[in-house]
Amino acid sequence: MESAVPIILLIVKVLLVIGAVLTLVAYLTLIERRVLGFIQVRLGPNRVGPWGLLQPLADGAKLILKEEITVSGANKFIYLIAPLIVVTCALIPFAVVPFAKGLGLENILGPTAQAYGLNQGVVSDTNVGILFVLAVTSLGVYGVILGGWASNNKYSLLGSVRAGAQMISYELGLSLAVLGVLLLAGTLSLVQIVESQDSVWKWYVFRQPLGFILFLIAGSADIGRTPFDLTECENELVAGYQTEYSSMKFGLFYLGEYAHLLFLSALMTTLYFGGWQGPFLPPIVWFLAKTLLWVFIFVWIRGTYPRLRYDRVMSFGWKFLVPVGIFNVMATAFIYTIWLQYRG
Amino acid sequence: MINSYLPILVILLVSAFIGLAIIVLSTLLSRKNPTPIKLMPYECGMDPIGGARRRFSVRFFIIGMLFIVFDIELMFLFPWAVVYDQLMIFGFIEMLVFVLVLLAGLIYVWKKGALEWQ
Repeated sequence: MESAVPIILLIVKVLLVIGAVLTLVAYLTLIERRVLGFIQVRLGPNRVGPWGLLQPLADGAKLILKEEITVSGANKFIYLIAPLIVVTCALIPFAVVPFAKGLGLENILGPTAQAYGLNQGVVSDTNVGILFVLAVTSLGVYGVILGGWASNNKYSLLGSVRAGAQMISYELGLSLAVLGVLLLAGTLSLVQIVESQDSVWKWYVFRQPLGFILFLIAGSADIGRTPFDLTECENELVAGYQTEYSSMKFGLFYLGEYAHLLFLSALMTTLYFGGWQGPFLPPIVWFLAKTLLWVFIFVWIRGTYPRLRYDRVMSFGWKFLVPVGIFNVMATAFIYTIWLQYRG
Repeated sequence: MINSYLPILVILLVSAFIGLAIIVLSTLLSRKNPTPIKLMPYECGMDPIGGARRRFSVRFFIIGMLFIVFDIELMFLFPWAVVYDQLMIFGFIEMLVFVLVLLAGLIYVWKKGALEWQ
């Protein structure tokens, strides 16, 4: 009986984190539509509730009540499982993102605080955090490819193949950009990476400026944001791999997409902008503020840049990002060696 | 070990359950009135011509193969980066040789035209 308590507390903690993530993701759709509205000098959704604050709820209710269509000739099982893969792979990586220093519950939890890192500001302080993130985000490609293939639609198939090729190509650039930070931090754990950035001048954005730019480009291409949103290029592919999805299965793809956006912003904050570190305010406030600032910047980019052509996206990924990423890693290693030599 | 991997298992189960619950809920709540025309694959309003599982460009296959090769080679850089403090100049020269081989492979692929899209 005694051993069941930590597990129950762990499940409660996970539910709270996932609940917070889902709420934020729901409101990201509203933020995106409002900000795009203001960029295009119009209002955006503002009818449902004050400032349109109930719009995500209305959208959710609408999607749940919509008629569900399984297209004829679809491979039913794969058609059903694909959105599940996408949404699961989009939610799991939040397990390793540190959102606060600690929860400050030592007195309430007592000795159980030791078990499963219950008092830590992260669901799982695993020592292979970054590798876990890269592995799980790559798995999300399966959902996209399978969903497009199972739909029995030419646009879906083309969209999914394009999406898959683009995601795996930019995965290389993303790994190379992250390597620079790992080299300086000397650890794969995201918790320790945040702890090593305890003053503004130690933020990796200043120590890894080139790596940061590579990460920004490769990250937004990896999650298929504008200007790299070739996967849902309306004028060529209708809606890409989601063309034949309706009702809440479409909703899950949508959820996965915005969860990716939130996760990329959180990862950017964690790796390059000191995570929850900051003066005066509580850590969680700093973490959310930095993350939402990055969400805003991604929406701003979407409102500003036109979409690229597919062949250019692919050749940019392979002919520019990979060589420059390798150069960045080796240059970082070189400068770091010299710095360590002269320091003592 | 279990302290850091059990939470991941829990979050995996919780997220999969949430996805499944949403799909089941919408299946239970939504009306269903399927007609053959409604279930037809979308092709800009026309009747679909031929099947959808056709051949596609071999470029995508080449990109997949290249990705596996390069991603596995990049994986060797991760442990190197983490223990770089202890390796220093020795590690730098070792990795320089490895990366030059990697770059030679990239240049070979580039010159062979595997990265072109026409």
